[in-house]
Amino acid sequence: MNPRLARWLVNGALFGCAAVAVLPLLWMLSASLMPAGSASSLPPPLLPAQPTLDNYRALFARAGMGRYLLNSLVISGAIAALALVCNLMAGYAFAKLRFAGRERLFRALIGALLIPAQVAMLPLFLLLKYAGLINSYAGAIVPGMATLFGIYLVREFARSVPDELLEAARIDGAGEWRIFVQIMLPLLKPIMVTLTVFTFLAAWNDFMWPLIVLTGQEHYTLPLALASLAREHSEDTELMMAGSVVTVLPVLVLYLALQRHYLQGLLLGSVKG
Amino acid sequence: MSRARTAWLFLTPALLVLGVFFFVPVLGALGLSLTDYDLYALADLRNLRFVGLHNYWELLQRPLFWTALGNTFYFVVVGVPLSIGASLGTALLLNSPLARMKSFHRTVLFAPVVTTVVAVAVIWRYLFNTRYGLVNHALAVLGLNPVDWLGDPHWAMPTIIAFAVWKNFGYNMIILLAGLQAIAPELYEAARIDGASRWRQFRHITLPMLRPTMVLVMVLTVAGYFQLFAEPYVMTEGGPLQSTVSILYLMYDDGFKWWNFGVASAVAFALFGIILAVTVLLLRLTRRGATA
Repeated sequence: MNPRLARWLVNGALFGCAAVAVLPLLWMLSASLMPAGSASSLPPPLLPAQPTLDNYRALFARAGMGRYLLNSLVISGAIAALALVCNLMAGYAFAKLRFAGRERLFRALIGALLIPAQVAMLPLFLLLKYAGLINSYAGAIVPGMATLFGIYLVREFARSVPDELLEAARIDGAGEWRIFVQIMLPLLKPIMVTLTVFTFLAAWNDFMWPLIVLTGQEHYTLPLALASLAREHSEDTELMMAGSVVTVLPVLVLYLALQRHYLQGLLLGSVKG
Repeated sequence: MSRARTAWLFLTPALLVLGVFFFVPVLGALGLSLTDYDLYALADLRNLRFVGLHNYWELLQRPLFWTALGNTFYFVVVGVPLSIGASLGTALLLNSPLARMKSFHRTVLFAPVVTTVVAVAVIWRYLFNTRYGLVNHALAVLGLNPVDWLGDPHWAMPTIIAFAVWKNFGYNMIILLAGLQAIAPELYEAARIDGASRWRQFRHITLPMLRPTMVLVMVLTVAGYFQLFAEPYVMTEGGPLQSTVSILYLMYDDGFKWWNFGVASAVAFALFGIILAVTVLLLRLTRRGATA
Protein backbone atom coordinates (compact mmCIF):
# COMPACT_ATOMS: atom_id res chain seq x y z
CA MET A 1 0.00 0.00 0.00
CA ASN A 2 1.05 3.54 -0.69
CA PRO A 3 2.64 4.72 2.61
CA ARG A 4 1.04 8.13 2.33
CA LEU A 5 -2.41 6.61 1.92
CA ALA A 6 -1.75 4.23 4.83
CA ARG A 7 -0.84 7.16 7.07
CA TRP A 8 -4.04 8.95 6.08
CA LEU A 9 -6.13 5.86 6.77
CA VAL A 10 -4.61 5.17 10.19
CA ASN A 11 -4.87 8.76 11.40
CA GLY A 12 -8.29 9.26 9.87
CA ALA A 13 -9.59 6.17 11.66
CA LEU A 14 -8.03 7.32 14.93
CA PHE A 15 -9.62 10.75 14.68
CA GLY A 16 -12.94 9.15 13.80
CA CYS A 17 -12.84 6.87 16.85
CA ALA A 18 -11.76 9.72 19.12
CA ALA A 19 -14.65 11.81 17.81
CA VAL A 20 -17.16 9.05 18.57
CA ALA A 21 -15.69 8.72 22.07
CA VAL A 22 -15.87 12.41 22.91
CA LEU A 23 -18.83 13.81 20.93
CA PRO A 24 -21.55 12.62 23.34
CA LEU A 25 -19.65 14.36 26.14
CA LEU A 26 -19.27 17.58 24.14
CA TRP A 27 -22.96 17.51 23.25
CA MET A 28 -23.76 17.12 26.94
CA LEU A 29 -21.77 20.26 27.70
CA SER A 30 -23.33 22.17 24.82
CA ALA A 31 -26.92 21.15 25.64
CA SER A 32 -26.41 22.05 29.30
CA LEU A 33 -25.85 25.65 28.20
CA MET A 34 -29.00 25.88 26.08
CA PRO A 35 -32.10 27.74 27.30
CA ALA A 36 -34.77 25.39 28.65
CA GLY A 37 -36.72 23.66 25.89
CA SER A 38 -34.48 24.64 22.99
CA ALA A 39 -32.70 21.26 22.66
CA SER A 40 -36.05 19.73 21.74
CA SER A 41 -36.55 21.46 18.43
CA LEU A 42 -36.06 20.44 14.83
CA PRO A 43 -33.46 20.25 13.47
CA PRO A 44 -31.79 19.46 16.83
CA PRO A 45 -29.27 22.24 17.55
CA LEU A 46 -25.60 21.35 18.06
CA LEU A 47 -24.62 24.56 19.81
CA PRO A 48 -26.61 26.89 22.07
CA ALA A 49 -27.80 29.99 20.20
CA GLN A 50 -27.54 32.00 23.44
CA PRO A 51 -25.44 30.17 26.02
CA THR A 52 -26.89 30.43 29.53
CA LEU A 53 -26.09 29.11 33.00
CA ASP A 54 -29.79 29.02 33.96
CA ASN A 55 -29.87 25.22 34.08
CA TYR A 56 -27.03 25.11 36.57
CA ARG A 57 -28.73 27.78 38.67
CA ALA A 58 -31.96 25.81 38.62
CA LEU A 59 -30.13 22.63 39.61
CA PHE A 60 -28.46 24.12 42.63
CA ALA A 61 -31.28 26.43 43.70
CA ARG A 62 -34.31 24.18 43.12
CA ALA A 63 -33.11 20.59 42.72
CA GLY A 64 -30.70 20.61 45.68
CA MET A 65 -27.68 19.63 43.61
CA GLY A 66 -25.28 21.15 46.16
CA ARG A 67 -26.42 18.64 48.75
CA TYR A 68 -25.94 15.69 46.38
CA LEU A 69 -22.52 16.95 45.37
CA LEU A 70 -21.56 17.15 49.04
CA ASN A 71 -22.92 13.63 49.70
CA SER A 72 -20.89 12.25 46.81
CA LEU A 73 -17.75 14.00 48.04
CA VAL A 74 -18.18 12.80 51.64
CA ILE A 75 -18.94 9.18 50.73
CA SER A 76 -16.30 8.80 48.00
CA GLY A 77 -13.71 10.66 50.04
CA ALA A 78 -14.29 8.52 53.13
CA ILE A 79 -14.20 5.29 51.12
CA ALA A 80 -10.98 6.33 49.37
CA ALA A 81 -9.28 7.27 52.65
CA LEU A 82 -10.37 4.25 54.69
CA ALA A 83 -9.75 1.76 51.89
CA LEU A 84 -6.29 3.24 51.44
CA VAL A 85 -5.37 2.46 55.07
CA CYS A 86 -6.84 -1.07 55.11
CA ASN A 87 -5.48 -2.07 51.70
CA LEU A 88 -2.00 -0.66 52.33
CA MET A 89 -1.64 -2.55 55.60
CA ALA A 90 -2.96 -5.82 54.21
CA GLY A 91 -1.04 -5.57 50.93
CA TYR A 92 2.17 -4.88 52.83
CA ALA A 93 1.58 -7.88 55.12
CA PHE A 94 1.00 -10.16 52.14
CA ALA A 95 4.11 -8.87 50.37
CA LYS A 96 6.66 -8.50 53.13
CA LEU A 97 5.66 -10.17 56.40
CA ARG A 98 6.11 -13.93 56.63
CA PHE A 99 3.47 -16.04 58.34
CA ALA A 100 2.13 -19.55 58.03
CA GLY A 101 -0.54 -19.93 55.32
CA ARG A 102 0.22 -16.58 53.69
CA GLU A 103 0.16 -17.77 50.08
CA ARG A 104 -2.90 -19.93 50.62
CA LEU A 105 -4.86 -17.10 52.21
CA PHE A 106 -3.86 -14.72 49.44
CA ARG A 107 -4.88 -17.17 46.72
CA ALA A 108 -8.23 -17.70 48.44
CA LEU A 109 -8.84 -13.94 48.47
CA ILE A 110 -7.96 -13.62 44.79
CA GLY A 111 -10.25 -16.53 43.98
CA ALA A 112 -13.06 -14.65 45.70
CA LEU A 113 -12.77 -11.98 42.99
CA LEU A 114 -14.95 -14.31 40.93
CA ILE A 115 -17.90 -13.75 43.26
CA PRO A 116 -20.00 -10.87 41.93
CA ALA A 117 -20.34 -8.19 44.61
CA GLN A 118 -24.12 -8.14 44.13
CA VAL A 119 -24.44 -11.62 45.66
CA ALA A 120 -23.61 -10.08 49.05
CA MET A 121 -26.02 -7.15 48.74
CA LEU A 122 -29.26 -8.69 50.02
CA PRO A 123 -27.86 -10.06 53.32
CA LEU A 124 -25.71 -6.95 53.65
CA PHE A 125 -28.87 -4.86 53.51
CA LEU A 126 -30.41 -6.95 56.32
CA LEU A 127 -27.20 -6.78 58.35
CA LEU A 128 -27.09 -2.99 58.09
CA LYS A 129 -30.81 -2.77 58.78
CA TYR A 130 -30.40 -4.58 62.10
CA ALA A 131 -27.38 -2.35 62.80
CA GLY A 132 -29.48 0.74 62.06
CA LEU A 133 -27.23 1.94 59.23
CA ILE A 134 -29.73 2.00 56.36
CA ASN A 135 -30.01 5.47 54.85
CA SER A 136 -26.82 6.78 56.44
CA TYR A 137 -23.40 7.77 55.13
CA ALA A 138 -21.92 4.90 57.13
CA GLY A 139 -24.11 2.37 55.33
CA ALA A 140 -22.77 3.52 51.98
CA ILE A 141 -19.18 3.63 53.20
CA VAL A 142 -18.50 0.54 55.32
CA PRO A 143 -18.64 -2.18 52.63
CA GLY A 144 -16.06 -0.24 50.58
CA MET A 145 -13.47 0.13 53.34
CA ALA A 146 -11.29 -2.70 51.97
CA THR A 147 -11.13 -4.19 48.47
CA LEU A 148 -9.62 -7.39 47.12
CA PHE A 149 -8.36 -5.50 44.09
CA GLY A 150 -6.66 -2.86 46.25
CA ILE A 151 -4.90 -5.45 48.40
CA TYR A 152 -3.69 -7.18 45.26
CA LEU A 153 -2.44 -3.89 43.80
CA VAL A 154 -0.45 -2.94 46.91
CA ARG A 155 1.05 -6.43 47.23
CA GLU A 156 2.24 -6.41 43.61
CA PHE A 157 3.90 -3.06 44.13
CA ALA A 158 5.32 -3.68 47.61
CA ARG A 159 7.03 -6.90 46.51
CA SER A 160 9.57 -4.86 44.54
CA VAL A 161 10.91 -3.30 47.76
CA PRO A 162 14.14 -5.15 48.75
CA ASP A 163 13.89 -7.17 51.98
CA GLU A 164 17.36 -5.97 53.03
CA LEU A 165 16.00 -2.48 53.59
CA LEU A 166 13.46 -3.75 56.13
CA GLU A 167 15.93 -6.18 57.74
CA ALA A 168 18.46 -3.41 58.25
CA ALA A 169 15.85 -1.36 60.08
CA ARG A 170 14.92 -4.36 62.23
CA ILE A 171 18.55 -4.89 63.19
CA ASP A 172 18.70 -1.22 64.17
CA GLY A 173 15.88 -2.00 66.56
CA ALA A 174 13.01 -0.24 64.77
CA GLY A 175 9.53 -1.49 65.68
CA GLU A 176 7.30 -3.06 63.03
CA TRP A 177 4.92 -0.11 62.97
CA ARG A 178 7.78 2.34 62.56
CA ILE A 179 9.22 0.28 59.72
CA PHE A 180 5.85 0.40 57.98
CA VAL A 181 5.31 4.13 58.47
CA GLN A 182 8.85 5.48 58.05
CA ILE A 183 10.38 3.11 55.51
CA MET A 184 7.60 1.41 53.63
CA LEU A 185 5.03 4.19 53.18
CA PRO A 186 7.41 6.66 51.47
CA LEU A 187 8.33 3.92 49.00
CA LEU A 188 4.67 3.11 48.40
CA LYS A 189 3.74 6.69 47.51
CA PRO A 190 3.13 6.06 43.79
CA ILE A 191 0.78 3.17 44.48
CA MET A 192 -0.96 5.22 47.16
CA VAL A 193 -1.85 7.87 44.59
CA THR A 194 -2.99 5.22 42.11
CA LEU A 195 -5.09 3.40 44.66
CA THR A 196 -6.72 6.58 45.93
CA VAL A 197 -7.69 7.71 42.43
CA PHE A 198 -9.02 4.25 41.59
CA THR A 199 -11.13 3.87 44.72
CA PHE A 200 -12.41 7.42 44.61
CA LEU A 201 -13.53 7.11 40.99
CA ALA A 202 -15.15 3.73 41.59
CA ALA A 203 -17.00 5.04 44.65
CA TRP A 204 -18.08 8.21 42.84
CA ASN A 205 -19.48 6.24 39.90
CA ASP A 206 -21.00 3.43 41.97
CA PHE A 207 -24.73 3.06 41.54
CA MET A 208 -26.30 -0.19 42.71
CA TRP A 209 -25.21 -0.30 46.35
CA PRO A 210 -25.97 3.38 47.07
CA LEU A 211 -29.33 2.90 45.34
CA ILE A 212 -30.10 0.08 47.77
CA VAL A 213 -28.80 1.52 51.00
CA LEU A 214 -29.53 5.26 50.61
CA THR A 215 -33.31 5.30 50.72
CA GLY A 216 -33.86 8.98 51.49
CA GLN A 217 -33.23 11.87 49.11
CA GLU A 218 -31.21 13.78 51.69
CA HIS A 219 -28.47 11.13 51.39
CA TYR A 220 -28.53 10.69 47.61
CA THR A 221 -25.22 10.72 45.78
CA LEU A 222 -25.04 12.41 42.36
CA PRO A 223 -25.75 9.25 40.30
CA LEU A 224 -28.81 8.49 42.45
CA ALA A 225 -30.08 12.05 42.20
CA LEU A 226 -29.55 12.01 38.46
CA ALA A 227 -31.37 8.70 38.00
CA SER A 228 -34.28 9.97 40.04
CA LEU A 229 -34.33 13.32 38.18
CA ALA A 230 -34.29 11.42 34.90
CA ARG A 231 -37.49 9.65 35.91
CA GLU A 232 -39.27 12.86 37.04
CA HIS A 233 -37.89 15.45 34.62
CA SER A 234 -37.26 13.40 31.51
CA GLU A 235 -38.61 16.25 29.35
CA ASP A 236 -36.09 18.78 30.65
CA THR A 237 -33.17 17.82 28.40
CA GLU A 238 -31.05 20.87 29.22
CA LEU A 239 -31.50 20.52 32.98
CA MET A 240 -30.59 16.83 32.83
CA MET A 241 -27.47 17.59 30.80
CA ALA A 242 -26.37 20.18 33.35
CA GLY A 243 -26.84 17.50 36.00
CA SER A 244 -24.72 15.09 33.98
CA VAL A 245 -21.98 17.71 33.63
CA VAL A 246 -21.91 18.25 37.41
CA THR A 247 -21.67 14.48 37.92
CA VAL A 248 -19.07 13.70 35.26
CA LEU A 249 -16.86 16.77 35.36
CA PRO A 250 -15.14 16.09 38.72
CA VAL A 251 -14.08 12.58 37.70
CA LEU A 252 -12.99 13.68 34.24
CA VAL A 253 -10.83 16.43 35.73
CA LEU A 254 -9.36 14.01 38.26
CA TYR A 255 -8.61 11.55 35.46
CA LEU A 256 -6.97 14.18 33.26
CA ALA A 257 -4.84 15.41 36.16
CA LEU A 258 -3.72 11.98 37.35
CA GLN A 259 -4.02 9.96 34.15
CA ARG A 260 -0.59 8.37 34.39
CA HIS A 261 -1.27 6.98 37.86
CA TYR A 262 -4.69 5.71 36.91
CA LEU A 263 -3.51 3.83 33.82
CA GLN A 264 -0.54 2.41 35.74
CA GLY A 265 -2.88 0.93 38.31
CA LEU A 266 -5.07 -0.49 35.59
CA LEU A 267 -2.09 -2.25 33.99
CA LEU A 268 -0.56 -3.42 37.26
CA GLY A 269 -3.94 -4.81 38.24
CA SER A 270 -4.60 -6.78 35.10
CA VAL A 271 -1.58 -7.61 32.96
CA LYS A 272 0.34 -9.42 35.65
CA GLY A 273 -2.79 -11.21 36.81
CA MET B 1 6.65 -15.74 66.20
CA SER B 2 6.30 -12.02 66.82
CA ARG B 3 6.63 -11.44 63.04
CA ALA B 4 3.61 -13.60 62.38
CA ARG B 5 1.65 -11.74 65.03
CA THR B 6 2.56 -8.43 63.41
CA ALA B 7 1.40 -9.75 60.06
CA TRP B 8 -1.99 -10.69 61.45
CA LEU B 9 -2.32 -7.30 63.13
CA PHE B 10 -1.68 -5.63 59.78
CA LEU B 11 -4.21 -7.89 58.11
CA THR B 12 -6.93 -7.47 60.73
CA PRO B 13 -8.67 -4.28 59.48
CA ALA B 14 -8.97 -5.49 55.88
CA LEU B 15 -9.94 -9.05 56.77
CA LEU B 16 -12.50 -7.79 59.26
CA VAL B 17 -14.12 -5.52 56.67
CA LEU B 18 -14.08 -8.19 53.95
CA GLY B 19 -15.29 -10.85 56.34
CA VAL B 20 -18.17 -8.93 57.89
CA PHE B 21 -19.30 -7.04 54.80
CA PHE B 22 -18.53 -9.55 52.05
CA PHE B 23 -17.80 -13.16 52.98
CA VAL B 24 -20.43 -13.50 55.70
CA PRO B 25 -23.11 -11.88 53.49
CA VAL B 26 -22.20 -14.21 50.60
CA LEU B 27 -22.75 -17.21 52.87
CA GLY B 28 -25.85 -15.46 54.17
CA ALA B 29 -27.18 -15.18 50.63
CA LEU B 30 -26.77 -18.91 50.19
CA GLY B 31 -28.74 -19.41 53.41
CA LEU B 32 -31.39 -16.85 52.46
CA SER B 33 -31.93 -18.51 49.10
CA LEU B 34 -33.10 -21.62 50.98
CA THR B 35 -35.76 -19.68 52.93
CA ASP B 36 -38.98 -17.83 52.12
CA TYR B 37 -37.64 -14.57 53.59
CA ASP B 38 -40.13 -11.86 52.54
CA LEU B 39 -41.91 -8.77 53.82
CA TYR B 40 -43.48 -10.76 56.69
CA ALA B 41 -40.14 -12.13 57.80
CA LEU B 42 -38.68 -8.64 57.54
CA ALA B 43 -41.32 -7.50 60.04
CA ASP B 44 -41.03 -10.54 62.32
CA LEU B 45 -38.38 -13.24 61.99
CA ARG B 46 -40.79 -15.88 63.35
CA ASN B 47 -42.48 -15.87 59.94
CA LEU B 48 -39.31 -17.25 58.36
CA ARG B 49 -39.45 -20.79 57.01
CA PHE B 50 -36.83 -23.09 55.51
CA VAL B 51 -37.96 -24.13 52.04
CA GLY B 52 -34.95 -26.05 50.69
CA LEU B 53 -34.44 -25.67 46.97
CA HIS B 54 -37.99 -24.45 46.40
CA ASN B 55 -36.90 -20.94 45.31
CA TYR B 56 -34.58 -22.36 42.66
CA TRP B 57 -37.27 -24.73 41.46
CA GLU B 58 -39.79 -21.86 41.21
CA LEU B 59 -37.23 -19.80 39.31
CA LEU B 60 -36.95 -22.47 36.62
CA GLN B 61 -40.70 -22.31 36.07
CA ARG B 62 -40.89 -18.54 35.93
CA PRO B 63 -41.04 -17.09 32.40
CA LEU B 64 -39.53 -13.74 33.50
CA PHE B 65 -36.41 -15.51 34.79
CA TRP B 66 -35.86 -17.09 31.39
CA THR B 67 -36.52 -13.75 29.70
CA ALA B 68 -33.93 -12.08 31.95
CA LEU B 69 -31.49 -14.91 31.33
CA GLY B 70 -32.02 -14.65 27.58
CA ASN B 71 -31.62 -10.86 27.60
CA THR B 72 -28.43 -11.08 29.66
CA PHE B 73 -26.93 -13.73 27.37
CA TYR B 74 -27.88 -11.60 24.35
CA PHE B 75 -26.04 -8.67 25.94
CA VAL B 76 -22.96 -10.80 26.72
CA VAL B 77 -22.79 -12.81 23.49
CA VAL B 78 -23.17 -9.78 21.21
CA GLY B 79 -21.67 -7.12 23.48
CA VAL B 80 -18.42 -8.80 24.51
CA PRO B 81 -17.09 -9.55 20.97
CA LEU B 82 -18.07 -6.05 19.77
CA SER B 83 -16.48 -4.51 22.83
CA ILE B 84 -13.22 -6.45 22.52
CA GLY B 85 -13.21 -5.88 18.76
CA ALA B 86 -13.41 -2.11 19.33
CA SER B 87 -10.68 -2.35 21.98
CA LEU B 88 -8.38 -4.35 19.70
CA GLY B 89 -9.06 -2.09 16.71
CA THR B 90 -8.22 1.09 18.58
CA ALA B 91 -5.22 -0.55 20.31
CA LEU B 92 -3.83 -1.57 16.90
CA LEU B 93 -4.34 1.97 15.58
CA LEU B 94 -2.61 3.47 18.63
CA ASN B 95 0.24 1.00 18.26
CA SER B 96 0.75 1.75 14.57
CA PRO B 97 4.04 3.52 13.79
CA LEU B 98 2.08 5.74 11.41
CA ALA B 99 -0.20 7.15 14.13
CA ARG B 100 0.26 10.74 15.24
CA MET B 101 -0.65 12.43 18.54
CA LYS B 102 -0.81 9.09 20.29
CA SER B 103 -1.11 10.25 23.89
CA PHE B 104 -3.86 12.71 22.97
CA HIS B 105 -5.86 9.96 21.26
CA ARG B 106 -5.28 7.55 24.11
CA THR B 107 -6.56 10.09 26.62
CA VAL B 108 -9.68 10.86 24.59
CA LEU B 109 -10.47 7.22 23.77
CA PHE B 110 -10.19 6.26 27.43
CA ALA B 111 -12.34 9.15 28.71
CA PRO B 112 -15.72 7.32 28.51
CA VAL B 113 -14.38 4.66 30.91
CA VAL B 114 -13.98 7.08 33.82
CA THR B 115 -17.38 8.72 33.32
CA THR B 116 -20.36 7.85 35.52
CA VAL B 117 -22.60 5.19 33.94
CA VAL B 118 -25.80 6.90 35.06
CA ALA B 119 -24.78 10.30 33.70
CA VAL B 120 -23.69 9.07 30.29
CA ALA B 121 -26.67 6.73 30.02
CA VAL B 122 -28.85 9.82 30.43
CA ILE B 123 -26.94 11.50 27.58
CA TRP B 124 -27.52 8.49 25.34
CA ARG B 125 -31.20 8.53 26.13
CA TYR B 126 -31.44 11.97 24.57
CA LEU B 127 -29.10 11.25 21.68
CA PHE B 128 -31.26 8.24 20.79
CA ASN B 129 -34.55 10.07 21.37
CA THR B 130 -36.97 9.18 18.58
CA ARG B 131 -38.09 12.73 17.79
CA TYR B 132 -35.31 15.10 18.77
CA GLY B 133 -32.27 12.82 19.03
CA LEU B 134 -29.20 13.58 16.94
CA VAL B 135 -28.89 9.94 15.88
CA ASN B 136 -32.25 9.88 14.16
CA HIS B 137 -31.51 13.31 12.73
CA ALA B 138 -28.33 11.90 11.19
CA LEU B 139 -30.37 9.00 9.76
CA ALA B 140 -32.83 11.49 8.27
CA VAL B 141 -29.97 13.39 6.63
CA LEU B 142 -28.90 10.10 5.05
CA GLY B 143 -32.46 9.57 3.88
CA LEU B 144 -33.23 6.72 6.30
CA ASN B 145 -36.34 6.26 8.40
CA PRO B 146 -36.21 7.15 12.11
CA VAL B 147 -35.89 4.27 14.58
CA ASP B 148 -37.61 4.13 17.96
CA TRP B 149 -34.32 3.08 19.58
CA LEU B 150 -35.32 2.65 23.20
CA GLY B 151 -39.04 2.16 22.64
CA ASP B 152 -38.94 -0.76 20.22
CA PRO B 153 -38.36 -4.19 21.85
CA HIS B 154 -36.13 -5.19 18.93
CA TRP B 155 -33.93 -2.12 19.16
CA ALA B 156 -33.69 -1.46 22.90
CA MET B 157 -31.05 -4.12 23.64
CA PRO B 158 -28.88 -3.28 20.60
CA THR B 159 -28.94 0.36 21.71
CA ILE B 160 -27.84 -0.64 25.21
CA ILE B 161 -25.09 -2.81 23.70
CA ALA B 162 -23.87 0.11 21.58
CA PHE B 163 -23.81 2.23 24.72
CA ALA B 164 -21.87 -0.39 26.69
CA VAL B 165 -19.30 -0.77 23.90
CA TRP B 166 -18.80 3.00 23.77
CA LYS B 167 -18.52 3.23 27.56
CA ASN B 168 -16.15 0.29 28.11
CA PHE B 169 -13.89 -0.32 25.10
CA GLY B 170 -11.18 2.03 26.40
CA TYR B 171 -10.42 -0.18 29.39
CA ASN B 172 -9.43 -3.23 27.38
CA MET B 173 -7.79 -0.99 24.80
CA ILE B 174 -5.19 0.06 27.39
CA ILE B 175 -4.54 -3.56 28.42
CA LEU B 176 -4.29 -4.80 24.83
CA LEU B 177 -2.07 -1.85 23.87
CA ALA B 178 0.38 -2.86 26.61
CA GLY B 179 0.21 -6.41 25.27
CA LEU B 180 0.98 -5.20 21.75
CA GLN B 181 3.89 -3.08 22.93
CA ALA B 182 5.38 -6.11 24.69
CA ILE B 183 5.76 -8.03 21.41
CA ALA B 184 9.42 -7.98 20.34
CA PRO B 185 9.91 -5.86 17.19
CA GLU B 186 12.47 -8.42 15.95
CA LEU B 187 9.61 -10.82 15.23
CA TYR B 188 8.07 -8.38 12.75
CA GLU B 189 11.51 -7.58 11.38
CA ALA B 190 12.14 -11.25 10.62
CA ALA B 191 8.69 -11.68 9.09
CA ARG B 192 9.22 -8.67 6.82
CA ILE B 193 12.54 -10.06 5.63
CA ASP B 194 10.75 -13.31 4.81
CA GLY B 195 8.26 -11.26 2.78
CA ALA B 196 5.20 -11.84 4.97
CA SER B 197 2.30 -9.49 4.24
CA ARG B 198 0.79 -7.19 6.86
CA TRP B 199 -2.20 -9.48 7.25
CA ARG B 200 -0.01 -12.57 7.73
CA GLN B 201 2.12 -10.75 10.27
CA PHE B 202 -1.06 -9.91 12.18
CA ARG B 203 -2.40 -13.44 11.88
CA HIS B 204 0.81 -15.30 12.75
CA ILE B 205 2.67 -12.94 15.09
CA THR B 206 0.33 -10.40 16.65
CA LEU B 207 -2.62 -12.66 17.46
CA PRO B 208 -0.64 -15.60 18.91
CA MET B 209 1.58 -13.31 20.99
CA LEU B 210 -1.47 -11.43 22.25
CA ARG B 211 -3.28 -14.60 23.21
CA PRO B 212 -2.66 -14.61 27.00
CA THR B 213 -3.75 -10.96 27.23
CA MET B 214 -6.82 -11.70 25.10
CA VAL B 215 -7.88 -14.58 27.35
CA LEU B 216 -7.57 -12.37 30.42
CA VAL B 217 -9.50 -9.53 28.79
CA MET B 218 -12.21 -11.90 27.63
CA VAL B 219 -12.73 -13.51 31.04
CA LEU B 220 -12.87 -10.14 32.81
CA THR B 221 -15.22 -8.61 30.24
CA VAL B 222 -17.61 -11.57 30.21
CA ALA B 223 -17.84 -11.52 34.01
CA GLY B 224 -18.41 -7.76 33.94
CA TYR B 225 -21.05 -7.85 31.21
CA PHE B 226 -23.07 -10.49 33.05
CA GLN B 227 -23.54 -7.87 35.78
CA LEU B 228 -25.68 -5.61 33.58
CA PHE B 229 -27.86 -3.37 35.73
CA ALA B 230 -27.47 0.43 35.69
CA GLU B 231 -27.89 0.77 31.91
CA PRO B 232 -31.40 -0.73 31.68
CA TYR B 233 -32.32 0.86 35.02
CA VAL B 234 -31.65 4.33 33.64
CA MET B 235 -32.30 3.93 29.91
CA THR B 236 -35.34 1.65 29.69
CA GLU B 237 -36.45 0.57 33.17
CA GLY B 238 -36.35 -3.00 31.86
CA GLY B 239 -38.76 -2.31 29.02
CA PRO B 240 -40.14 -2.18 26.44
CA LEU B 241 -42.00 -5.48 26.93
CA GLN B 242 -39.31 -6.61 29.39
CA SER B 243 -36.81 -6.78 26.53
CA THR B 244 -34.02 -5.30 28.66
CA VAL B 245 -34.68 -6.94 32.04
CA SER B 246 -31.32 -8.43 33.06
CA ILE B 247 -30.65 -10.99 35.79
CA LEU B 248 -29.47 -8.32 38.22
CA TYR B 249 -32.44 -6.14 37.33
CA LEU B 250 -34.67 -9.05 38.27
CA MET B 251 -32.74 -9.54 41.51
CA TYR B 252 -33.13 -5.86 42.36
CA ASP B 253 -36.87 -5.88 41.64
CA ASP B 254 -37.51 -9.12 43.54
CA GLY B 255 -35.41 -7.99 46.47
CA PHE B 256 -35.87 -4.27 46.89
CA LYS B 257 -39.20 -3.62 45.20
CA TRP B 258 -41.13 -6.70 46.35
CA TRP B 259 -38.95 -7.58 49.37
CA ASN B 260 -38.77 -11.26 48.42
CA PHE B 261 -35.24 -11.74 49.73
CA GLY B 262 -35.36 -15.52 49.50
CA VAL B 263 -36.24 -15.52 45.81
CA ALA B 264 -33.86 -12.65 45.04
CA SER B 265 -30.98 -14.50 46.73
CA ALA B 266 -31.68 -17.51 44.55
CA VAL B 267 -31.47 -15.22 41.50
CA ALA B 268 -28.14 -13.84 42.77
CA PHE B 269 -26.72 -17.31 43.27
CA ALA B 270 -27.95 -18.42 39.86
CA LEU B 271 -25.99 -15.50 38.38
CA PHE B 272 -22.89 -16.45 40.38
CA GLY B 273 -23.19 -20.05 39.19
CA ILE B 274 -23.54 -18.96 35.56
CA ILE B 275 -20.53 -16.62 35.74
CA LEU B 276 -18.44 -19.34 37.37
CA ALA B 277 -19.47 -21.95 34.80
CA VAL B 278 -18.86 -19.65 31.83
CA THR B 279 -15.44 -18.58 33.19
CA VAL B 280 -14.34 -22.18 33.67
CA LEU B 281 -15.64 -23.08 30.22
CA LEU B 282 -13.79 -20.16 28.61
CA LEU B 283 -10.53 -21.08 30.34
CA ARG B 284 -10.93 -24.73 29.27
CA LEU B 285 -11.68 -23.81 25.67
CA THR B 286 -8.80 -21.37 25.36
CA ARG B 287 -6.38 -23.79 26.97
CA ARG B 288 -7.37 -26.59 24.63
CA GLY B 289 -7.03 -24.17 21.71
CA ALA B 290 -3.50 -23.34 22.83
CA THR B 291 -2.27 -26.94 22.87
CA ALA B 292 -3.98 -27.86 19.59
